[in-house]
Amino acid sequence: MRKNRSIMSKRKAKYAHLPIGESITQVQSMLRERLCNQRLPDKPEGTEAQHKHLLELLRRTAIHGESNSVLIVGPRGAGKTMLLKCVLRDLLEDKEAQKSLLQVHLNGLLQTDDRIALKEITRQLHLENVVGDKVFGSFAENLAFLLEALKKGDRSSSRPVLFILDEFDLFAHHKNQTLLYNLLDVSQSAQAPIAVVGITCRLDVLELLEKRVKSRFSHRQIHLLSSLTFTQYLQRVQSQLSLPQDFPDVKFAQDWNDSIKTLCEDKSAEEALRRHFNSSKDFRSLHILLMLCLSRVTVAKPVIKPADLLEASRLCFVDAKANMLHGLSILELCLIIAMKHLNDVYEGEPFNLQMVHNEFKKFLQRKSNSMYNFEQPVIMKAFEHLQQLELIRPVDGSAAKTQKEYQLMRLMLDHSQIMEALQKYPLCPTDVKQWAMSAFG
Amino acid sequence: MTSVLQHPGYDEEKLRRVTEQTPCREAQTGLLLSLMGQPQQYSYPSIFVYGHRASGKSHVMQVLLKELELPHATISCVECVSNALLFEKMLLSLFGCEAASLLPRTPSLSDFVRVYRHQCVDSPATQTRYIVMEKAELLRDADVNLLPALLRLQELVDDNLTVILLSEITWDKFRPNTGCYEPLVLHFPDYSKGDLQQILSRDSHPSYSADFYSSYINILLGVFYSVCRDLRELHHLAALNFSKFCEPLAEGKVKESDTHKLWRNIEPHLKKAMQTVYLREVSSLQWEQMQQMEEKEAGALKGLSAHTHVELPYYSKFLLIAAYLASYNPARTDKRFFLKHHGKIKKTNFLKKNEKTSNHLLGPKPFPLDRLLAVFYSVVDSRVAPSASIFSQISSLVTLQLLTQVSHDDQLDAPKYKCAVSLDFISAISRTVNFDIVKYLYDFLDPDTAASQEEWVNRGYVSRVRDHPSR
Repeated sequence: MRKNRSIMSKRKAKYAHLPIGESITQVQSMLRERLCNQRLPDKPEGTEAQHKHLLELLRRTAIHGESNSVLIVGPRGAGKTMLLKCVLRDLLEDKEAQKSLLQVHLNGLLQTDDRIALKEITRQLHLENVVGDKVFGSFAENLAFLLEALKKGDRSSSRPVLFILDEFDLFAHHKNQTLLYNLLDVSQSAQAPIAVVGITCRLDVLELLEKRVKSRFSHRQIHLLSSLTFTQYLQRVQSQLSLPQDFPDVKFAQDWNDSIKTLCEDKSAEEALRRHFNSSKDFRSLHILLMLCLSRVTVAKPVIKPADLLEASRLCFVDAKANMLHGLSILELCLIIAMKHLNDVYEGEPFNLQMVHNEFKKFLQRKSNSMYNFEQPVIMKAFEHLQQLELIRPVDGSAAKTQKEYQLMRLMLDHSQIMEALQKYPLCPTDVKQWAMSAFG
Repeated sequence: MTSVLQHPGYDEEKLRRVTEQTPCREAQTGLLLSLMGQPQQYSYPSIFVYGHRASGKSHVMQVLLKELELPHATISCVECVSNALLFEKMLLSLFGCEAASLLPRTPSLSDFVRVYRHQCVDSPATQTRYIVMEKAELLRDADVNLLPALLRLQELVDDNLTVILLSEITWDKFRPNTGCYEPLVLHFPDYSKGDLQQILSRDSHPSYSADFYSSYINILLGVFYSVCRDLRELHHLAALNFSKFCEPLAEGKVKESDTHKLWRNIEPHLKKAMQTVYLREVSSLQWEQMQQMEEKEAGALKGLSAHTHVELPYYSKFLLIAAYLASYNPARTDKRFFLKHHGKIKKTNFLKKNEKTSNHLLGPKPFPLDRLLAVFYSVVDSRVAPSASIFSQISSLVTLQLLTQVSHDDQLDAPKYKCAVSLDFISAISRTVNFDIVKYLYDFLDPDTAASQEEWVNRGYVSRVRDHPSR
């Protein structure tokens, strides 16, 4: 009996139909890894030429022992790191490269100093024991020692090393650019086969390099400037959300992929995506949008509907300052309106608390009741709260030498933001609204 | 009408407890929970939560992380001023004290990432780890590389980690120059008036009915809502003033349902609280003591501002008056005020005077020492010799911060000063020496008659001088 049951279960596994909860969990895990953890795609998307170029270059270093240097340049979220990782993955499929290539990953945010960078290089090459307590006269000596130590027993040349410098522009701010100079120097001379790959978001990165460093660089740059059309963008959305072939529940995956296709063809969803496409084409903002949509997928609602996309889009495009204005007290809102009037009349010149209070008092005099007739210290507290929220900022100057009431400030909001916020403000008294909309305050 | 929080990865009982402890924040808790996902799934590397103070950001995060028993580290950027404190706290909370002790003396971010990666090898993440940074706006003033590194910490340490930043300031003001890994931005909206009523009414006193407390909160919100919406402040004010509210009830004068009488009793008290306790002029302890004293004994509550009124010697008062006049009158008008035979100053377009150029709106102007002495000699009635005692009084006025020295310390021959007192203050001082300062101020000058000061008071340019508890 037992044997039969196991044979039956094996046969069933082929056409597995998971319970819906399990499927949803799988979908979430898989897509979250793709959107949040930057799981590598199987093939490069839209960057085939750059992929080929970089792969060829690194292969020459890894297998043929040729020294190279290259910079990958592109705006934030364009997919530079993803490109490099895909290339490395494809490179290491080659047995010979896998055997002999060494990698050193440095990041400009972490290794803020050449000394720290050198320690990190030593650590990643597993040469701490070899270096021991040796003291070196200069950076160059140290680096030469490390590369020398990489020489294998009988081979005359050392193993190829791949240096990956993330946030390359930050390395250019180190003292004398020692690390860059030495690495690029080694890549130009025939000391050891190294490849230096820099990743940066600054297009003008070459201007940051010193002359001697720039001359040793091969000036090879790979640009990832996205030239996507809207159709390609829609395709990308679809591919990011689709489930792969090897999903356990085949039928569920099919239904899911169909629903994604329907989503991309829906008119309102397309409008929202077009708006996103017009503001930025990079991967990251797309991932944020899709992540917000994905978080609304539950067992009760196992698909992504156009309404989800619209809601996610609204969350992405909301004006943060308007949100903060919504939560101010009436007194603080009145002060903002007084500042707006001052800006209108005096064309954006800075103001201080006394002027704002004066303007506010003119409004109060017109009203019959004195509901908002607060004392100066209470107004001061409200004013300081606005300063803490950075809705007003002091004009640079000696803050210590002037009294608080007389310190000049600027308003960091513009006319339309204030008027829009007023429309949405809860329980806004009509006279305050009218005051805001009147021309001369 | 609270909706029940549900999520497949978490226990229902725990979620119910979360809902109980986070009233009026169901939507935000739900959103956060859905973004967090099941414990073993990845979440977005960095989330930025912004909203007004006391809008529940830290509270909701803490409740979620504690009740659901997720591995987390809560860091307040106010406490962790240096990198060492920050990294130590993170490693301590996530991995324990041995990990924290592995950090070198002055750890750099590189050391932190190295130790973290090392720890991950020993204890890989089965659940998402969370690092919550409160008051994240202070990170902008820390090392330049700290904020961008924290935003992509998941990538740098290669672990299932999410960094959540909580702040009052919007994300636009955080973005570094060359950009960074953009976090997912979430907004915690402010509580509405109904929400505030609901939350504050939760801590009703056991010996009174919930409705009674509710009506008290209603009155409190009526007085303070237009000025302050901060839940913490309102909570504090509610706690402080409740005993006064119950006073007539305790004395048996009114019944619980007599809302009008209760209102009449408490409203002036709350208005007074706005001028004192709300502004921290008096401490909460003083306020409570004052409430317990009889009304006749209470008298004037001496706030912090009253202490700035210092008893000055006779000539110092005149020096201060002279300084005020020198600061707020333009130099060309000195002739008119202080000489016996002066000409008329042309005040063209007096009525169309641009209010902005009123010196009382722009602030005090600096003046040299010579001018101060010139004005001083003309306002002081007796003959004074220019001795060292007069000059030393000027220095002590600077020490008392009634005058500010504008010129550099090195310039001994021509020091410049500014007067740093308000009009109310100087009016009080000049009354004590029988000097009518308003007559000498350019801003309140009327070419026709001098008896139009009443007009100026009515227009609100000058406030009536209050009785300071002097002499």
